[in-house]
Amino acid sequence: MATILGRELPDTVDGYGEVTPFKGACREGGVKTRKAVKLTSVNPHEQKVLDNLEQVFDKLNLKDGMTISFHHHLRNGDYVLNMVVDGLAKRGLKDLTVAASSIFPIHEPLVTHIENGVVTGLVANYISGPVAEAISKGKLKKPAIMQTHGGRARAIESGDLQIDVAFIAAPTADNYGNINGVYGDAACGTLGYAMADAEYADKTVAITDHLVPFPACPIQISQVFVDYVVQVESIGDAKGIVSGTTKITKDPVALIIAKRAAEVIKASGLVKDGMSFQTGAGGTSLAVAAELKDIMQREGVVGSFAAGGVTGYLVEMLEEGLFKTLFDVQCFDLKAISSFRNNSTHQAMSASMYGNPHTKGAVVNCLDIMILGATEIDTEFNVNVTTSSSGMIMGGSGGHSDTAAGAKLSIVVTNLMKARLPIIKDKVTTITTPGESIDVVVTERGIAVNPRRTDLIEKLRQANVPLLTIEELKIIAEKITGVPKTVQTLEKIVAVVEYRDGSVIDVVRQVY
Amino acid sequence: MRITKVAKAGTLESNDILIMVMSSKSDRVELELESIVLQQFGDVIERVILHKVQEMGVEGITIKAQDKGALDYTIGARVETAIKRAI
Amino acid sequence: MLFMPGNNPSMLQDAAILGADSIILDLEDAVSLTEKDSARILVREALKTIDFSQVELVVRVNPMDTEFGPLDVDMIARVKPDTLLIPKANEEQIKIVDTMLDKIEAEEGYLAGSIKIIALIETALGLENVYNVIQASNRIVGVLLGGEDLTSDLGIERTKEGEEIFYARNKVATACRALKVDSIDTPFTDTNDFEGLAKDTAKAKSLGLTGKSAINPRQIEIIHSVFSPTEAELKHALKVLEVMQQAEKEGKGVCSLEGKMIDAPVINRARNTVALGRSLGLLER
Repeated sequence: MATILGRELPDTVDGYGEVTPFKGACREGGVKTRKAVKLTSVNPHEQKVLDNLEQVFDKLNLKDGMTISFHHHLRNGDYVLNMVVDGLAKRGLKDLTVAASSIFPIHEPLVTHIENGVVTGLVANYISGPVAEAISKGKLKKPAIMQTHGGRARAIESGDLQIDVAFIAAPTADNYGNINGVYGDAACGTLGYAMADAEYADKTVAITDHLVPFPACPIQISQVFVDYVVQVESIGDAKGIVSGTTKITKDPVALIIAKRAAEVIKASGLVKDGMSFQTGAGGTSLAVAAELKDIMQREGVVGSFAAGGVTGYLVEMLEEGLFKTLFDVQCFDLKAISSFRNNSTHQAMSASMYGNPHTKGAVVNCLDIMILGATEIDTEFNVNVTTSSSGMIMGGSGGHSDTAAGAKLSIVVTNLMKARLPIIKDKVTTITTPGESIDVVVTERGIAVNPRRTDLIEKLRQANVPLLTIEELKIIAEKITGVPKTVQTLEKIVAVVEYRDGSVIDVVRQVY
Repeated sequence: MRITKVAKAGTLESNDILIMVMSSKSDRVELELESIVLQQFGDVIERVILHKVQEMGVEGITIKAQDKGALDYTIGARVETAIKRAI
Repeated sequence: MLFMPGNNPSMLQDAAILGADSIILDLEDAVSLTEKDSARILVREALKTIDFSQVELVVRVNPMDTEFGPLDVDMIARVKPDTLLIPKANEEQIKIVDTMLDKIEAEEGYLAGSIKIIALIETALGLENVYNVIQASNRIVGVLLGGEDLTSDLGIERTKEGEEIFYARNKVATACRALKVDSIDTPFTDTNDFEGLAKDTAKAKSLGLTGKSAINPRQIEIIHSVFSPTEAELKHALKVLEVMQQAEKEGKGVCSLEGKMIDAPVINRARNTVALGRSLGLLER
């Protein structure tokens, strides 16, 4: 069957199940149920601390075919996922599904476990590095399930994603399982992607390298959700968790794109007191934030909140009074971590509060302006951030689809071409975010507005912002680079791309 | 026309192509192409290189090309430079 | 005028959209001796292919007294750049280039005189003789002052404050004004010091130079903003011209605005301001 976006999808996928086709953003609302959680109560005088990971494994009723989960707040410095899966592999366990909110190059050891059948399923919102390559080459037995940050929380809360054991890397934990992310050698700040796991998994284990006397302070994940606590030598490499301070790009073309994006934002009329804003962590995204900062300062605008993925740059904007508060689902650098620790107006949000479409209202619903990236965009404004143009998995939605759906103005900022490849195509290799959620595309050679947004087109015309159609932008690119040949893939489906509501928006097939 | 020396032109920088040419024993033109956009533009790149060689009337040449996303005019320029350096 | 290395394909691609009024593709200082041939061919192909219609396309060739210079002119002129920038310019060099271009334009069937020349004044001799250098060819549309090489030739230190090039700037601005060509100031080499750039550009403007060269795209915005007339200045200039035109219509010989007499210097300044405003896109054409 074909989705409303014209993608052909099979009715069922081996290793995944029945395919519910994507029917549109924000179409599947209404009455929802959160699943009931079974737990084992802990009586007074019972201990939760175990001596080592082996003891933890002994206590857990480990079986083949289990689903285990991890958060990715330690990013490319995470030791916990490898530690746990290695340990389970040594015990001869097989057929496990790893539900990690994101996978990074440091998780390379997972490839061997995939090849050996220890891990046969993967659920993640972002997959990069050797694991992504292995999946694209067809090594994972079942198709990987790629969700969004908000969609993963939805899946966990609704019971669609059943977690047997949640292994929570805890920068700080006390002996009763209270966890925070702001102290310890592996401090990572907020723990937005771990909250739903802790609450809804059958068993939750806190793995820490910084065990503190009871009670820990602050408490980001409560003891009432944690079954066991274990201390290990190190949960992660601080250098891989954060990258110092993320810096604005100096690339002249990226700066031009940022300027043009700022023109669009200004003309939209959304820059006024009480406005809200979110942007990614890349160089160009930060450059847009810098432009917006200039405009806000010149016009004396005070925004209500900035959200994300928080970097030191957003923290500066908070400290300079440009926003009243920050909503933080993950900290990208040291400045963000220390701001969260010390500043009460720097507030945490769970992945569910951030982007789950099936709650009484996620933060993305309140967002005015969102700055996004893209690997590819097609003439219907559908965006691909999941695969490269050769069909290889190199990312995933993360919060892309969530924020694009919620924001009043979602702007994709991108070079028109990347190393001879036009970003704009007739059809993207993989649809991550549907075109109806994308309002504007800003490139160094022109700006295109989604034809649905007649109001925006009018505002930009009045502000004398030059506009092109997306087809015209595509032609400009192709005139420079030539028309690329479509890359062929094999038939086998290696990943299913789920939209926020659990429907399937596209599939990824094996590369040659 | 035949070339007498081994020569190269271009770089491995983004949007450039490194071309190395040397004389081959046969009369044919042999091309070894590596490219970061091989699937999408491999055919086109090959055509541009071979066309330039033909245009310059060169025979019996082996070309090794490592492409980093060079546009057609860059490819042509680097091939021409390499050949002129090899004469 | 933005300098760009001529042998760098990824920069060539974006040159036209960086916001500069003119792009100088450099075959001289930005290209090593072993790569002169490579750069020359690349620039030739780029000129044939890339759409540079939004900017003035200038190519800085090598000096005419090197083995590269004449080869550059011969190859590049045939693909019709807007302008050639001749380094170490003196009367003799300009005349040589002028003659070469006459021949090439005739051979290629281009309109005679269509390829222009900017003289890069960067030697003591060139500076002293700038008036004659400009007159050496009808193709000369401007002079670019090369502060680094000039101070080197003079054996003095080049500083941010620029006191040492005060005479050079003054002389170039004056000579260019006398012969009605553009005068472009030497680049400000600290690409991270934007305050210094603004000061330096303002100094050049105050001495009568009509433009400034840039060595990094990030410098373009500041240079434009220093040279651009303010809204108030533009309004005033337009008013002056309006009053003048009105007076002419009514057959009056003199006119005044806000109690001040509008004489020739005032009208002249107003015309310049309006022209600058137009070229910076601040006014409707």
